[in-house]
Amino acid sequence: MMLKITIDNQTIEVEEGTTILQAARKIGGSVVPPAMCWYSKLEGSGGKCRTCLVKVSEGSAKDPRPLPKLVASCRTPVVDGMVVQNKTSPEVLEARKAIVEFLLINHPLDCPVCDQAGECDLQDLSYDNGKVSCRYQESRREFEVIDIGNLIKLHMNRCILCYRCVYVADQIAGKRVHGILYRGDVSEISTYIKNSIDHNFSGNVIDVCPVGALTDKTFRFKNRVWFLKPMTAHRDCPTCSGKVIAWMRGSEIYRITGRKDEFGEVEEFICNECRFEKKNINDWIVEGPTTLKRHSVISQNHYKEIKTPSIINPLKEKMEKQTNDE
Amino acid sequence: MSGQKINHILHQKQNIPICFSEAILQKVHKIIAHYPEGKQKSALLPILHIAQEELGGYLNVDVMDYIADLLKIQPIEVYEVATFYSQYYLDKVGKYVIEVCRTGPCAICGGEDIQEYLEGKLHIKDGETTADGLFTLKTVECLGACGFAPVMQINTEFYEHLTPAKIDIILEDLRLNATNDKHSDKTWAEKYS
Amino acid sequence: MGRKILLENSDIPNIKSFDVFRAHGGYVSVEKALKTMAPDEIIEEVKKSGLRGRGGAGFPTGLKWTFLDRKSNKPRYLVCNGDESEPGTFKDRYLMEKLPHLLIEGMICSSFALGVNTAYIYIRGEFKYLLGILNQAINEAYKNGFLGKNILGTNFSLDMYVHPGAGAYICGEETALLESLEGNRGNPRIKPPFPAVVGLYDCPTVVNNVETLANVGYIVNFGGDAYASIGLGKSTGTKLISACGNINNPGVYEIELGMSVEDFIYKEEFCGGIKDKLELKAVVPGGSSVPIVPKELILFTASGEKRLMTYESLAEGGFESGTMLGSGGFIVYDQNACIVRNTWNFSRFYHHESCGQCSPCREGTGWMEKILWRIEHGHGNMKDIDLLISIADKIEGNTICPLGDAAAWPVASAIRHFREDFIFHVQYPEIVKNIKHGALYKYDNQD
Repeated sequence: MMLKITIDNQTIEVEEGTTILQAARKIGGSVVPPAMCWYSKLEGSGGKCRTCLVKVSEGSAKDPRPLPKLVASCRTPVVDGMVVQNKTSPEVLEARKAIVEFLLINHPLDCPVCDQAGECDLQDLSYDNGKVSCRYQESRREFEVIDIGNLIKLHMNRCILCYRCVYVADQIAGKRVHGILYRGDVSEISTYIKNSIDHNFSGNVIDVCPVGALTDKTFRFKNRVWFLKPMTAHRDCPTCSGKVIAWMRGSEIYRITGRKDEFGEVEEFICNECRFEKKNINDWIVEGPTTLKRHSVISQNHYKEIKTPSIINPLKEKMEKQTNDE
Repeated sequence: MSGQKINHILHQKQNIPICFSEAILQKVHKIIAHYPEGKQKSALLPILHIAQEELGGYLNVDVMDYIADLLKIQPIEVYEVATFYSQYYLDKVGKYVIEVCRTGPCAICGGEDIQEYLEGKLHIKDGETTADGLFTLKTVECLGACGFAPVMQINTEFYEHLTPAKIDIILEDLRLNATNDKHSDKTWAEKYS
Repeated sequence: MGRKILLENSDIPNIKSFDVFRAHGGYVSVEKALKTMAPDEIIEEVKKSGLRGRGGAGFPTGLKWTFLDRKSNKPRYLVCNGDESEPGTFKDRYLMEKLPHLLIEGMICSSFALGVNTAYIYIRGEFKYLLGILNQAINEAYKNGFLGKNILGTNFSLDMYVHPGAGAYICGEETALLESLEGNRGNPRIKPPFPAVVGLYDCPTVVNNVETLANVGYIVNFGGDAYASIGLGKSTGTKLISACGNINNPGVYEIELGMSVEDFIYKEEFCGGIKDKLELKAVVPGGSSVPIVPKELILFTASGEKRLMTYESLAEGGFESGTMLGSGGFIVYDQNACIVRNTWNFSRFYHHESCGQCSPCREGTGWMEKILWRIEHGHGNMKDIDLLISIADKIEGNTICPLGDAAAWPVASAIRHFREDFIFHVQYPEIVKNIKHGALYKYDNQD
């Protein structure tokens, strides 16, 4: 049976078991709530960051009463006749603003030295939903730096505890040696004992990390992502699909990542050999430049035709407006 | 409330051989049988309590790895749990761990003063252990004995309606008994018979 | 007024033992249920009784039971929530210590009604001493044929085990409790699905509070109507109230719902008035999570009626002027209590107990604590007071589980009713810094 759902006045029919967020992604555009922890390819993910909260203004066709609280759209299944508000609900926008603030109060805001800058979900989220000023005057949380191996760099101070990397280790990268330790606002990603995260597919934790908490050590401080040209490439890999994006400057490959869709999710997980070891142009068959489907700083490079200056100017206006509001 | 770094250092494995006694092992297997087959991980919390008590007073990496092996789970799953719950100690503690409740109802009945008194008496601060290795002092959140405030637990035994005079007696008693082994009827394992 | 259901026999010597308990009418309900009633009849009686969850939320127990998925072929579980950790609440501990068999009796009847063959009692780790008491009682019940295979010769079988936690307030939340029971970190699950459908080991599960389950024996024995005739309106039956704070007689009291708050505070057989002949300042009537209310609003509602010990009366006026019965953790503050310090204290508690899974609670509880610490220690400024309200407002309703709300309400209500105390702290930091807190002087002349 197909279920009917209306999100921000747009109606779509979806299969049973679809969540509100998945339905919204089917519609696309501005009705899609942001998701920092949910990942369609990782079972059990979602529900934690609360950025995808939406208002259910009519519960179902049978019982059209609204749900009392905002719900996490990533984990709430569609019920036939549901009416949902995302961008059209001031309550949702207000809550989202609050979540961004919560995520940022202990974030180091070290974007100038962070490799993730330019392709960071948290940056995008705060541009879209955050405020310019900060109400937080207390000291920020700081963790001891721990080493998790030669390939992946862990910056715990930047982590938003989305749990995605834990699910990757559980579901695709074999024996898990890292996890969430301790609790509350001092909980952290750690191995507890000296240990390195190395498994054929462990590098995927970098691709799923929404922030700069897990970055590629072989690419560390090598370049800013927006100076690189993303090229679709592939190779005949015995372990994975070998379908990647090679990030190049001139004829030099700076880094390899999985191919990502418009929501920033990888299409296929790639193996560590492809990601970390194949940095020579001769290792790859380069298909050509790619268009990044995702709305972010990195999508503003030479390969996308910018119809309107959609990022820079609205942002400027927005910032000016908010500064005046404060 | 300071801006100090969160001190979560990486722990070291000593590779010391560790094993429960035969009698305890039997109890452990009995506890595992409380849960459906394949759900042996359920026994983790009670077994960690027993391990902490029987295998040196705190959960070092070797002990946790042994438990992981016993329950056929990954060591990280044990670390995750041990670091979540406040009753598991990750570092060495004294023979007697004094946990003073400082939450609301105890606080308004003198819980904070009790802590201060103990700090003065034992010459240690919150979280520290006396030089003789006898006492560790910790503040904890609500112990669920608010009507008997102020309250503390020493090795999970409750001491209620505390006053400085009472504390003097309790500490003196413990010092005198320190050489004796703990009454076995007060251990976690015994509570399961 | 004054009828007792749970603690009627609590003072009988050795009522803890099976023989004494049985001699005073114990386990009669199990015989009646298993031999003369159909499971659905019991559920019907519980519905009729109007019994509401005694853990804090007050959800109708019978209704909760009807949500249990009976269509699936998976085993069903009953889990008793004895993770009593709400500051101000210590009634379940008292009940399990005094009358372990009363709980077991209620759980057998409930398990029979729900078609459950395995039941767990989850107690908080700090209650280690209860583990021995409960295990002994369970062993006695097995020996006497009330647990195990083919109970009383019927084809109903039930196994019961006690499971200790290890120090985490969050495990009182039912899905966190299930995670903990499965040997995991106590992270609450994302709902839906609810435990009634996907609970322990992904099987249909009912989680009920200790006091709730202890009432079931009475309902089976005397019927739902008899139970509903006790109490007032929708607040049926009796309620265990744990009274603590600055009162003359702290302790656990079983009251018939409907008595006045004033009587409860001042009558000699209950709290016995405020200690040291001081004045009442404020009350938190349902455990630290519920809004704190000043004297005038705990004794009378905003419209001037006498406030009663019922779910409805305590909640009258909403969060503007009312509060909640919650878990019945009744904390009383005298005129000398510092509301700012107490609010900081509670805030520290929630910060410490947040599991850290969802962002508003993880970050917000710590933020509130830090601000409250500053105000209490003479480093606050006026803007902080409204900032606190704003943070509380943004945590509330946006979290996975109710811990976020529980952290927000005490802060918001303290500022709502005692704003002048906060302003004083900001205006006179030097005075605030030099106040000696604590109460030990009160004990100097004792013993």
